[in-house]
Parts: sequence; structure tokens; C-alpha cells
Amino acid sequence: MSRRIQVNALSRIEGEGGLQLQFDAKGRVTRARFNIYEAPRFFEGFLLGRRYFDAPDFTARICGICPVAYQMSCVQAMEQALGLSVDEPLQTLRRLLYCGEWMESHALHVFMLHAPDFLGYKDGFEMAGDHPEMVRLGLQLKKLGNRLLASVGGREIHPVNVRVGGFYRTPLKKEMQDLREDFLRAVEDVQRAVRWIAGFPFPEYSRKYVFVSLSHPEEYPILRGQVLSSGGERIAVPDFEHWVKEHQVAHSTALQSELRGEENYLLGPMARFNLCRSQLTPLCREAAREAGIDQGTANPFKSILIRAIEILYACEEALRIIDGYERPEQPCVAFDPREGTGYGCTEAPRGLLYHGYSLDRDGTITWANIIPPTSQNQLAIEQDLREVAEANAGLESGKLRILIEQTLRNYDPCISCSTH
Amino acid sequence: MKKTKLAVWKFSSCDGCQLSLLDLEDELLEIAETVDISYFLEASSRLKRGPYDISIIEGSISTPHDIERITAIREKSKFLLAVGSCAVFGGVQALRNYTLPGEYQQVVYEHPEYLSSLDASSPVSAHVKTDLELRGCPPNKRQILEVLTACLNAKKPDLPSGSVCLECKRKGIVCVMVSKGIPCLGPVTHAGCGALCPAHDRGCYGCFGPKETPNTASLSAWISGKLGMSREDVLQSFRHINCYALEFCLESIKHEPKDSSERPEPD
Ligand code: SF4
Ligand code: SF4
Ligand code: SF4
Repeated sequence: MSRRIQVNALSRIEGEGGLQLQFDAKGRVTRARFNIYEAPRFFEGFLLGRRYFDAPDFTARICGICPVAYQMSCVQAMEQALGLSVDEPLQTLRRLLYCGEWMESHALHVFMLHAPDFLGYKDGFEMAGDHPEMVRLGLQLKKLGNRLLASVGGREIHPVNVRVGGFYRTPLKKEMQDLREDFLRAVEDVQRAVRWIAGFPFPEYSRKYVFVSLSHPEEYPILRGQVLSSGGERIAVPDFEHWVKEHQVAHSTALQSELRGEENYLLGPMARFNLCRSQLTPLCREAAREAGIDQGTANPFKSILIRAIEILYACEEALRIIDGYERPEQPCVAFDPREGTGYGCTEAPRGLLYHGYSLDRDGTITWANIIPPTSQNQLAIEQDLREVAEANAGLESGKLRILIEQTLRNYDPCISCSTH
Repeated sequence: MKKTKLAVWKFSSCDGCQLSLLDLEDELLEIAETVDISYFLEASSRLKRGPYDISIIEGSISTPHDIERITAIREKSKFLLAVGSCAVFGGVQALRNYTLPGEYQQVVYEHPEYLSSLDASSPVSAHVKTDLELRGCPPNKRQILEVLTACLNAKKPDLPSGSVCLECKRKGIVCVMVSKGIPCLGPVTHAGCGALCPAHDRGCYGCFGPKETPNTASLSAWISGKLGMSREDVLQSFRHINCYALEFCLESIKHEPKDSSERPEPD
């Protein structure tokens, strides 16, 4: 009889999905599926006919873990459609807000959802019994990320302070200074965490990926840049949706995508790190060197290390911005609605997130397209599931199943995003 | 003593409500020790069978399978707590309830026939009895904690009532509608967030849903009359995150174009 591994409801990932692997008699995988069955909510449908100012609040609701990513790609696209240019200080404040989201999202995944896999626990609560210090440290990092989100965005989940053209209210200098001490401590804490994680047993596996992320000459990518692939292609944001081809398959409510309709690609921390690691801070590069990944890595099991290094980066970047913060004179640039089309791409914790909109002359949305990172990663994930399973076909089914679930968590999939 | 068995369930949602629970960073480990987290797919691979003492529901009911699932969960749960706008009112995804069946499916998908979606996104209470509902998108995490603590101590939770305006008054926030002429749904919106939007110089957009007996007609008259909001914008203000909450739904319908041929057609 041929062997089959099936997980109907995946745990410790965001949203509702399962997976299925089918082997033939020789131990080759004949089918590897990442089943996404979460019900779509049709955001691109109900955005039609709405006014431009509703879009950042609506699209935030695509994901409770990365609402800032949705708001940022959204306002960028809207601002392009409206012909606005938002001043540098406001852009920097947006970058600061985004740092809070990277911290909160990565800390949740690293400490509560993924680390238990490497150390053989069923969850972060159980792991806290044996590793109380690290779990508490992780939760404190998450809390600090959330505090930053609340201080700049007004609230942790679905911030109320983001608008097309800037913010509703900019924080006082004092409010920012109050965060300083905690960030100084966090920089120390994360470095300890990176060392702890570097000691995990990492399964051996790597393959040649096509990595895709934003890339900008002056900074590690978060809010701006062109789209870069490890194949050497460089694409301007407005051309993005012609470069990736989306299509629907029966086993997933999230559209899958391929570059030029030909090959799968990987977004997220691994892609950013491999393409742009030279732009990380000296401390981050040192942490990467100590962890043995300073030359890059194509082992997806090490993505947990990269997430931890990105938490360090977000803390340092937040500190830098807090230290240079002067309250901008205006919270928002003035404008009138007009007809136009615009596109926005930013680096969500899970990778590149694209929005495109057209507006009529009253600022009413006539076209909307949103391409989240997890839906784009589906095919790369399925290839990894297949290859890891094949390479470990000798394991007994219980162990193989655990390894396969761990493999899937390497990508920190967000299913609510992917189906939206 | 046997620990209280807690389960957390996801339906059609953004995950923000469950995340609010995980955002209780200082209390989380203590919660995990005090109660038996029996089913919380997002946080744990340890999944125990019911019955459960408390089930927390996030998300709206939007597929035929959701109906079966919520019915089964109700049967095995003593206390069922619906949290957030999705579970309590159907969520922002209930905007499809105002369109023709299948209209949005065709906008988004090449093969709508692969999907199994109900025409409407509905609240949990449309299908089973809920024991308590917590509003907000997302709900206030302190209130989730308050309900959990109250349940464990067999007490009544102490939850805010009244409107967002009351919270402005309590906090001494200058009214943005009166002082700056910014339209604000605060007078008809349930308290609970601490008047976050007015504190950030913006009007409330109603994410906590309607308060008890809201005077929506008087607010509409104010924002259209005094503040000059268009009929369509008034309609959309109520048909927002909590579009399927009864009072907001009814108010929005009052502002529909009189002649249906005026209705803006999406492309
Ligand atoms: S109520 Fe709001 S925060 Fe909660 S799941 Fe729904 S969209 Fe997310
Ligand atoms: S700002 Fe809004 S919520 Fe606050 S008092 Fe004025 S109308 Fe009420
Ligand atoms: S002020 Fe209104 S929209 Fe803003 S957070 Fe509170 S209830 Fe939600």
C-alpha cells in the first residue's frame, strides 16, 4: 500500500489549512499539497465603490498580525494614484511603526510558535516550563513591539492613526523618548536570544531558491525600493503584477503565483536576508556571523534565526529613529481627490505585499488588487514539503509528520492573509 | 480542583481577536497555568477533545461547513463567548450581504465553482445561542481578560456600557466633531476602546458597533446637515466594519439612493 501523510488542521500557524503528502511504492512523493481551505472574504470585491480613505482601515482587517503592512502598501498605492508625495519625516515615522510590527509578529512566531518544534515541545506554554527565561524574554520583545505600535499607531491591532497622506496625529517627542530605555535593553536581550537559537538542532536541507524582496540602495528593505530577484531581475513596483502570474487551483482558496508564470519563488525573511544582508547593522551582521549564516543560507529551517536577527534589526532601527525624532510640523500632506492608478509594495513580516488601486475623480475605488506574501509562497512551500519528505522517507510516519509540520512553519504562513 | 477547560476557535476572520489574547504578554503564562488550554490551534499542537467549559469564538459564519462546526462547538461548550465584530456582527466581510449572490466571487476568482461560500456572512448568534458577546475590531484585550477572570470566579464581568462620547468626556478629550467639524460615529458607538480615534484627532468609525439604543437618525442629520456629508458617504459610514449590526444596517438603508438606477455600479 502506498503511504500517505495527512494533516487536516495545522496548528501553530495563522489560519485554517492542512497538508497532504502521497508517496508511491518506491518512497517518491507523487503529491505534495498545502491545502488552504479558509473561507475567502472578498476584500477586492467590497473595496469597489468605496472611497479611498476607507481602504487603509478596511485592508488592515485582512490580517490582525500584520495590519501595518496592509495599511502601508495601501497608502503607498493610494498616494501614487492621487499624485501625492509624503515628506521624509512622515515616511520615517511609518518605518518606525513598521518596526513595531516586525517585532511583534516575528517574536510571536519565533518564541511561541516555531521554537517549540526544534526543542520538542507542543507549544510555547510547555516550553516555558523548561526555558522560562527565553519564553519570557520573547514575550517581552513582543510586548515592546506592541507598545511601539500603540505609541505611533494608536493601537496594536488595526492601528487607527494611519491615513492616506500621513497620520492623523504625530506622537510627541516625549512619547518617543519614553520608549528609549526599553529598546536599549531589548537590543541586549535579542542578542542573547539569537545565540540561544543558533544552538538549536537544524535539520539538514537546502535548495536553490529564487528569492524575491524589495531592495533599496540606502536601507534594509521595509517601505521602499524596487523588486529584486536572486535571478538578477529588477522590477519597478508598477510592473510587479505583470511579472508574477496568479492562478487558482482547486485545493486552495488562495491564488498561487509564479514568476512570469514559470517558476516558484520565495518571499520573506530568508529572501530579504539573502538579498540585502549587507545593509543590516554591524550588530546584526556580527550576530549572523556568530550563528554561521553571514554568507547567506538556503536552509529554510534557519529562517527562525533570520527572524531573530530581524527583530534585532527592528530594535536598532527603532532606536535610531526615536533618537532622531522631531515632531513633524504637519501630520499629513494636503490634497484633493483625483482620478488615477497607483501601486504599493512593502515588506510585511512574511514578505513582499503588493496593492494596486484605481480611483475615479471623486476618489472612489474602481479597481483593487492585493497580492499577499503567503499566497505567493505556496508553490515554493509545496516544493519544500515534497523534497523534505522524500529525503526523509525512511522516518516512521509519526516522526515524518512532525518534521513536515515543522517544515511548513519555516515560512510562518498567514492563511487569513493569503485568502483575504 | 479540576482546571477550567478553555477552547479558542477561528471562523472567517483576520486572527486579530485570538491575537488579542496572545497579546496579554504579562498574563499569558499565568493564564496557561490557571486554565487548561484544551484547544487553541493557533498557539498549541496539544488538542484535547471536548466538552469544554469556555469556548471563545473568533470570526463570522460564512460557509456551510462553518454552520456545522459552530453547532458542534455549541453542543460541547458550557459557556460560549463570541469576541469581536466578526463573531458578533458578521464582520467587514458582511459587506457582501448587500450585493447579489456571487457578485464578489466573480471579481476575485477565475473559478468561483471551486469555492463553497454562503451568500451572507453572519454572526455566531444567527446560528447558535451565545452566552456573552464582546464587541470591537479588535476587542479590548483587558476586557477579554476581565471576562475570563469573571468566568473563573463565577462572577459577572465588569464591562463598559454607553457610547464612545462618554469615554471622551471621562478622558477630557476635546470633541473633534464640535471643535473641528470632523464627522464622528462616537455618539452611536459602543464604549470600550477608550476613545482612541478622537484621542488621535480623528472621528470614530464605529469599530465597536452600535451602543444600546443608538440615535443614528439624529447623528445622520448632524453629519449630513451641519457637516455637509453626501448621502452616499453617510450610507458608507454606517455600512462599515460593523455593516451588518442591526442599527447600523437599518440606518445605512435609509440613505440608499431613492431611485435604484442612481446606485453606483461597480466596474
Ligand atoms: S473582529 Fe476585527 S480583529 Fe477580530 S477577527 Fe474580525 S476583523 Fe479581526
Ligand atoms: S469626538 Fe466623537 S466620540 Fe468624542 S465626544 Fe465628540 S462626537 Fe463623541
Ligand atoms: S474610536 Fe471608534 S473606531 Fe476608533 S477605536 Fe474606538 S470604537 Fe473603534
